[in-house]
Amino acid sequence: MKRFVDILLPLLLGASLLGFWEWFVAARQIPPYVLPAPSAIARAFSDNFTSLMASLLATLSVTVQAFLAALVAGVSVAILFSQSRLAERALYPYAVILQVTPVVAIAPLMLIWIGFDRVNAALVLIAALVAFFPILSNTTLGLKSADFNLMELMRLYGASRWQILWRLQLPTALPYLLGACRIAGGLALIGAVVAEFVAGSGTATGLAWRIVEAGNRLEIATMFAALGLLAFLGVAIFALLSAVEFWLLRRWHESALARQS
Amino acid sequence: MSLLTLRGVGKRFSSGTQALSDLSFQVSNEEFVSLLGPSGCGKSTALRLIAGLIAPDSGEIIWSGARPELAFVFQEATLMPWADALTNARLPLDLKKVPRGEANSQAAAALARLGLKGFESAYPRELSGGMKMRVSIARALAARPRLLLMDEPFAALDEITRVGLNDDLLTLAREDGITVIFVTHSVMESAYLSSRVLVMSPRPGRIKAEIALPPGPRDRLSPAFAAGQARVAGALLAVA
Ligand SMILES: Nc1ncnc2c1ncn2[C@@H]1O[C@H](COP(=O)(O)OP(=O)(O)OP(=O)(O)O)[C@@H](O)[C@H]1O
Ligand SMILES: [Mg+2]
Repeated sequence: MKRFVDILLPLLLGASLLGFWEWFVAARQIPPYVLPAPSAIARAFSDNFTSLMASLLATLSVTVQAFLAALVAGVSVAILFSQSRLAERALYPYAVILQVTPVVAIAPLMLIWIGFDRVNAALVLIAALVAFFPILSNTTLGLKSADFNLMELMRLYGASRWQILWRLQLPTALPYLLGACRIAGGLALIGAVVAEFVAGSGTATGLAWRIVEAGNRLEIATMFAALGLLAFLGVAIFALLSAVEFWLLRRWHESALARQS
Repeated sequence: MSLLTLRGVGKRFSSGTQALSDLSFQVSNEEFVSLLGPSGCGKSTALRLIAGLIAPDSGEIIWSGARPELAFVFQEATLMPWADALTNARLPLDLKKVPRGEANSQAAAALARLGLKGFESAYPRELSGGMKMRVSIARALAARPRLLLMDEPFAALDEITRVGLNDDLLTLAREDGITVIFVTHSVMESAYLSSRVLVMSPRPGRIKAEIALPPGPRDRLSPAFAAGQARVAGALLAVA
């Protein structure tokens, strides 16, 4: 019953909002280049379905590649930090600088360096830069949070540092890493969108570019359709990563166990 | 026959705390020795020194022969929450790269000896405090140690669970001929388990009294046990 309400209530609210929107636009005769009615947006969506789906795929592909690159790089650097205090002290300030510098500001430089002939690689790199830091900092924290007594116990039984890393530090870091992934997934999408905006039309083909292009042509309904798809993509990524997190932690971690009874 | 001798062992931490100074005692093979003393007197430090996890900065720890196989049990069960009971008990064997099949059967046997048959695939959070401690002891036994170091292993458990674990521990240690060095705060526990109780002074810790207890099985309700307990309590009160 409670679940039913949890699903039904937002749906009802959404439906009544859409209804009001439709009525409001018709009653006030708002021109479609200012605010199109939901029915007009739906029509734009179905009219441009194939090209919108191609744009969705393009943005999704950049996001996924960027996320995976950030994951591999973030975990690798975190492991390096856990093995060498020296490396951490030398590199961490630069990771922070990379994090606090707004990507929009670095993006044009990236595009010039990597070249407009390899625009996809540039988009992936820019989006990966945004997603990298939360993975690095959370995994570093996780690797450091290993139970001190267990670590001593493993040393007593003659464990090598790789055995300690593999059997103790990485499992300890897993919940931290998965939490970071949920954030980084959304950030990779934001990074992809920002990168597409910066790359501009003609080169990029993703949803962000569609929004810019539709705006230029005053096809506001198509713009809304692309915007809706972008929001849907963000929610889908978040839901998928949450499901992965729950599935991996369901047997032992408090965060997942709280949902069982 | 002597197994190990501590001679004038001192330990000062980098924080400046002198945890131990001039700690000397001897432990014989297959003996059950308890270390008893006020909180902060350096009991845990002494165990970590014996385990070789930290080095003394004065005195020496002498093994007669090669250093034997060691196992450690902490006050908390310190199990890996992401692994089931069997995997936890198997840890020392995995670290020594014992083949998986052999390691599994040894770990399962160790769990069975602690009354945990059927709980091999249970995760730590599905076990009670006493059962977790049993897994922790099974893990120690799976290492096939000659010397078992225990740091207040039952301090967090209720009296009934503790009594049961005391009996099981004695039986298992005797069966395997394991030497045990056992840190505890409980007079009754030390009097029940040990052949010898070493009472330490407040920090910096050293041995202030040594009480040898009559050998053989003990009856917690007998006057002889009460007398032994009184001797231990007397020695502890004298240093406090
Ligand atoms: N790693 C450490 N660094 C600095 N000081 C330490 C460290 N470990 C222990 N000490 C100090 O050394 C002293 C002895 O500590 P230890 O843990 O050996 O006492 P203990 O006898 O086991 O006490 P308890 O009965 O409360 O467990 C304490 O004053 C403690 O603060
Ligand atoms: Mg202690």
